[in-house]
Amino acid sequence: MEILEEGKGQLVGWHDPDENRDWIRRNKSRELIDKRMSLREAVSRFVHDGDFLAMGGFGHIRVSMAAIYEIIRQRKRGLTMAGKTAVHDSDLLIAAGCVDRIEVAYAFGHELRGLSPASRRVVEAGGCRVVAETSNAGYQWRFLAAMMGIPFMPSRNLLGTDTLKRSSAKVARDPWSGKPICLLPACYPDVSFIHVPRCDSFGDSQIDGTIIEDFELARAARRVVITTEEIVPEDRIRAEPWRTAIPFYLVDAVVEAPFGVHPCQMPLLYYFDEDHIRRWLTQSRTPEGAAEYFEEFVFGAEDFEAYLEKIGGRDRLEHLRRVELLQPLE
Amino acid sequence: MPEPTDYSPTELLACVASRLLEPGTSVFVGTGLPMIAAMLAQRTHAPGLLIIFEAGGIGPQVPVLPISVGDSRTFYRAVGASSMHDVMSISQAGYLDFGFLGAAQIDRFGNINTTVIGPYENPTVRLPGSGGANDVGSFCHRTIVVMRQDSRKFVEKAEFITTPGYLTGPGARERAGLARASGPYRVITQLGVYGFDEATKELQLLALHPGVTLDDVRAQSGYAVRVAEPTSVTQPPSARDREILREIDPTGLVIRRQG
Repeated sequence: MEILEEGKGQLVGWHDPDENRDWIRRNKSRELIDKRMSLREAVSRFVHDGDFLAMGGFGHIRVSMAAIYEIIRQRKRGLTMAGKTAVHDSDLLIAAGCVDRIEVAYAFGHELRGLSPASRRVVEAGGCRVVAETSNAGYQWRFLAAMMGIPFMPSRNLLGTDTLKRSSAKVARDPWSGKPICLLPACYPDVSFIHVPRCDSFGDSQIDGTIIEDFELARAARRVVITTEEIVPEDRIRAEPWRTAIPFYLVDAVVEAPFGVHPCQMPLLYYFDEDHIRRWLTQSRTPEGAAEYFEEFVFGAEDFEAYLEKIGGRDRLEHLRRVELLQPLE
Repeated sequence: MPEPTDYSPTELLACVASRLLEPGTSVFVGTGLPMIAAMLAQRTHAPGLLIIFEAGGIGPQVPVLPISVGDSRTFYRAVGASSMHDVMSISQAGYLDFGFLGAAQIDRFGNINTTVIGPYENPTVRLPGSGGANDVGSFCHRTIVVMRQDSRKFVEKAEFITTPGYLTGPGARERAGLARASGPYRVITQLGVYGFDEATKELQLLALHPGVTLDDVRAQSGYAVRVAEPTSVTQPPSARDREILREIDPTGLVIRRQG
């Protein structure tokens, strides 16, 4: 295949497909085993300094914030982040000094809520390096190639742009049409946290609403930690097996974490906590403010339950549930 | 009864964008003003408009303005709640007629920068990057850009091409391997509406908003923007349009922002 152009972004998360098959053969259990553990243990076992991290969900939707706080609490360092429309998660991890490299489809912003003061400050000062650019479909299809066990996925995006020049993609001549085609390299994150509404103790998980790119991500990432609103009996999964989005053999750990995406949105269960997000966006305008936020809500809370008490406990969560369900307030 | 003239700039932009969406078509929308424009079109001239969101929301009857393109409101009473792979694939395959984009910078061939201002390695301002913009700009048959115009944003050459417009001119998209007959269709700013010259693929002014002059356009452009002859004047929002916009965005999240 004739190569017409090569992006000069750093290739992150790639493995030779045979090497990854060997890794899967050695490391992923095909046995139904109880994988329940505490979040502290899951983060300590599966997140290593220097790892390449990809979070499930999208923007402020269904992101395992409980895992993000625990990664900060355990002071993990040197992580590379998949900025696959990474918003609150990457903003906090960059501000806390856990992430110092990022591949960007979308980062440093909070969509409609504006730009991220903290992560922008760090990246503009050189404290976090953008190693490559891509797009949302670019990431999506890097995961698709990985889950299929093939080295790349052809696509018709990125072509002709500086996004491609700063990406890890290449352009080749399509042997059939003769037209230039983008080749997106497979991407196997070292570890991924995916938050779901329910799973069983083996990790068989259901997702309500849009699955976003978690179907592919769960199959691409080497280690997958499921955080879940509730752990349900195996029978409930087996009664409707067509609803299983992520089966047990992909999953390395199961952590029960009700309200685990606060202050983000858990579709059909609870809405964004706009007050809390605004508090972070306001407080993180200065490094001191960001540090105070972490002292209060991360280091000052021994675990996620203690955090939920700090943000207003049961009353606040009930309010967010009503907003999500479009129910009258008060 | 004369129509009121005290509409906000954002109300005008939403109406102008909305009218471009033709009945019987599909549109890929992002957060903010594009969502409002698509929702307004559904409630006026294009009730069957197929709205598609990046995270997998397909054909929703959106109850209130979603905050994010993955928000559960994006699949409220939808015909489908699937995945990004599905939505990006059907876009690439040709099912999406219109796509909306924002821009920090746009150049004379409609190329868009949302990545960086200043040197790439040592940025003055680091912006969020492509998100789904490069995909929308590569895959949709016609893209509509909604942005605020000033002399640093309307430039001869974008500092960084995040999302492809017509690249270097006629035929450049096809030479790069992008889909045939795709590309930017309209650019809507607080001053007017722009299209692209058929022969040169250059941005050109098609219509001014009420009360805006050519001098205003020149003052807010970083280079000599082409002007089509004759230019028209955009139709302001009707009282009914404004009523619907208030229903769509009751808290003024987007509508009360500065256009």
